[in-house]
Amino acid sequence: MLKAENIKKRYFQNRGEANYFEAVKELSLTLAPGTVSVLMGRSGSGKTTLLHMLSGLLAPTEGRVLLDGTDIYALPDKELSEKRNRFLAVVPQARSLLDTLTVMENILLPARLYGRVGSEEAARTFMQALGIGHLKDAFPRGLSGGELRRAAIARSLCQDTPILLCDEPTGDLDDENTAIVLDILLKAAKEQGKAVFLATHESEALKIADAAYKMDGGRIEDILIN
Amino acid sequence: MLFRMIRGVLFHQRGKMLLIAFTIALGASLATAMLNVMWDVGDKVNKELKNYGANITVKPKDSSLLSDIYDVGGEEELNTAYLREDELGKLKTIFWAFNIVDFTPFLDARVTLPDNSTVKINGTWFGHHLDLPTGESLDAGITGMRSWWDIVDGKWLDEKEEGAEREVMAGTLLAQSMGWQVGDTVLLSGSHGTREVTIAGIFDAGGDEDEQLYAPLDLVQELTDRENKVSSIEVSALTTPDNELARRAARNPAALSSRDYETWYCTAYVSAICYQIQEVITGSVASAVRQVAESEGNILDKTQLLMVLITILSLIGSALGISNLVTASIMERSQEIGLLKAIGARDYSITGVVMAQILITALAGFAVGYIMGFGFAQLIGHSVFGSAIEMKARVVPIVAGLIALVTLAGSLPAIRMVLRLRPAEVLHGGR
Ligand SMILES: Nc1ncnc2c1ncn2[C@@H]1O[C@H](COP(=O)(O)OP(=O)(O)OP(=O)(O)O)[C@@H](O)[C@H]1O
Ligand SMILES: [Mg+2]
Repeated sequence: MLKAENIKKRYFQNRGEANYFEAVKELSLTLAPGTVSVLMGRSGSGKTTLLHMLSGLLAPTEGRVLLDGTDIYALPDKELSEKRNRFLAVVPQARSLLDTLTVMENILLPARLYGRVGSEEAARTFMQALGIGHLKDAFPRGLSGGELRRAAIARSLCQDTPILLCDEPTGDLDDENTAIVLDILLKAAKEQGKAVFLATHESEALKIADAAYKMDGGRIEDILIN
Repeated sequence: MLFRMIRGVLFHQRGKMLLIAFTIALGASLATAMLNVMWDVGDKVNKELKNYGANITVKPKDSSLLSDIYDVGGEEELNTAYLREDELGKLKTIFWAFNIVDFTPFLDARVTLPDNSTVKINGTWFGHHLDLPTGESLDAGITGMRSWWDIVDGKWLDEKEEGAEREVMAGTLLAQSMGWQVGDTVLLSGSHGTREVTIAGIFDAGGDEDEQLYAPLDLVQELTDRENKVSSIEVSALTTPDNELARRAARNPAALSSRDYETWYCTAYVSAICYQIQEVITGSVASAVRQVAESEGNILDKTQLLMVLITILSLIGSALGISNLVTASIMERSQEIGLLKAIGARDYSITGVVMAQILITALAGFAVGYIMGFGFAQLIGHSVFGSAIEMKARVVPIVAGLIALVTLAGSLPAIRMVLRLRPAEVLHGGR
């Protein structure tokens, strides 16, 4: 269970009158196991900032992020790193594969980092489901944006964490692949009991959402669904 | 996988890694060359010093006073005090025995030739074999101490050869005026006898010696009935350049505190060696031929200081170069590093991977640099000293240590960058 308590994020930088910019205004949020939460919003509204704070990559200016009751930003680097690896899988918005490793090695990397073998079997299954099974020995350089995106999704699934946070997971994808990805994420929540969080422009995502929020100028509001 | 990542990056950033290796190689080569030259030059200058002749002369206590005041050294009638030949071996028993490179006794006289003219004859050792009380043995004599003599004809005398006790060497001027050739026999009359000798060699010393004869010590002793007597000893010793303590001690060793005395006695100052020589040679005064010893020592110090400075500067230069290159390479990889952090890599494993890459690169650079440094050293040796530089084994670990230090220091800014890198900043879309 991941819980954000009264978090806010200020970027210290000159913007007009103030010397900081508040990208996320004070808010609280809970990601429950077995659910899909969807965060919609215009570009620049603060989605990525919020997702990074939730995934242990960016300390909030104020407030706490609790992972099963532990304030993750109070942990030393060693333990926070381990939490990221074991609990908080992220699909970043930017391209995020290591160019020097093959796609398969990239996907197994989170497990290998901590000396786990990582299941090639599972990796192959996810890749096949995502339509990139034929690319397992390819290097990321030659891959298209959509292929890279799906490889990153496969990596986060293989990381086998209770929480999965995806930033624009369908950004470079066509409708058909968007549907496939959303389906896989829904299964991850329903069949494996993961807490799935999506930041996206894709309104199709609302169809799989258990909870949905709209972000605007750093604030979120619930959207009623169904 | 770690290995593959390292290899991947080495291969991936070949250009940059090559530059880093090159920078390290440059630093390593200069350090190697300078340190080798520095140590070798010390030995070389000492050898030059030895070639220059004696740096210590030992005289009988009484005569040294007289001849210094009246400048009558060489007039045998006044030379009433002598040193004992059988004590010479003791020179190799003093504390600094190993620093005594060579030594030879002298005993001079005037002899009359068949045409009634007189010439000065110097008795000395020529490759004289000595069995020391310590059980060791050595050859000592004038040959090594007059290395600048040009043997115009014939050869150096050698006491170990058959018949050497009836041979002499003649200066070129003397030989010319007498019309002597190598192999000629000459009749020499001294105060106590006459001997027929053979001219074994004719030398050009470029000084007064060119009008004199040099003969085995025994021969001169027999001619003048001065068994076991020598009038002076020349000693060639490796010495430490004098400092304040050495100068104070040279004035009066007895005035030193016991601690200073110990330090002085156990350092190869020329004054300490002189003092120790006086302790073993009865009735002697040993004095340094100062000009030579001191100026050589000073120049040596300055040259070595210069080389240490060059080494330090080149290493600082390498560190700056490495720091720029490594930082640039980290910046290029910030996206990857951010990602590694995002999927749970710890700071220290990332810095570990980074350092491993840099160290592999540094090792390659060091190996190439050492070989280059060897070349530089030989180049310097041949162009400056006209001989090869002997590579000292201890330079390898020293340069390796220095390069490791420089590499680590150069990598520090980059490591700080890795630690400060916030994954959110590099993973942010569009950045
Ligand atoms: N490191 C930073 N320093 C200063 N301002 C930042 C920083 N990161 C983000 N911002 C600003 O914060 C605001 C929110 O950025 P964020 O990336 O969270 O938006 P987003 O909703 O993810 O947008 P998009 O849909 O385009 O990805 C933007 O105005 C952005 O310029
Ligand atoms: Mg974003």
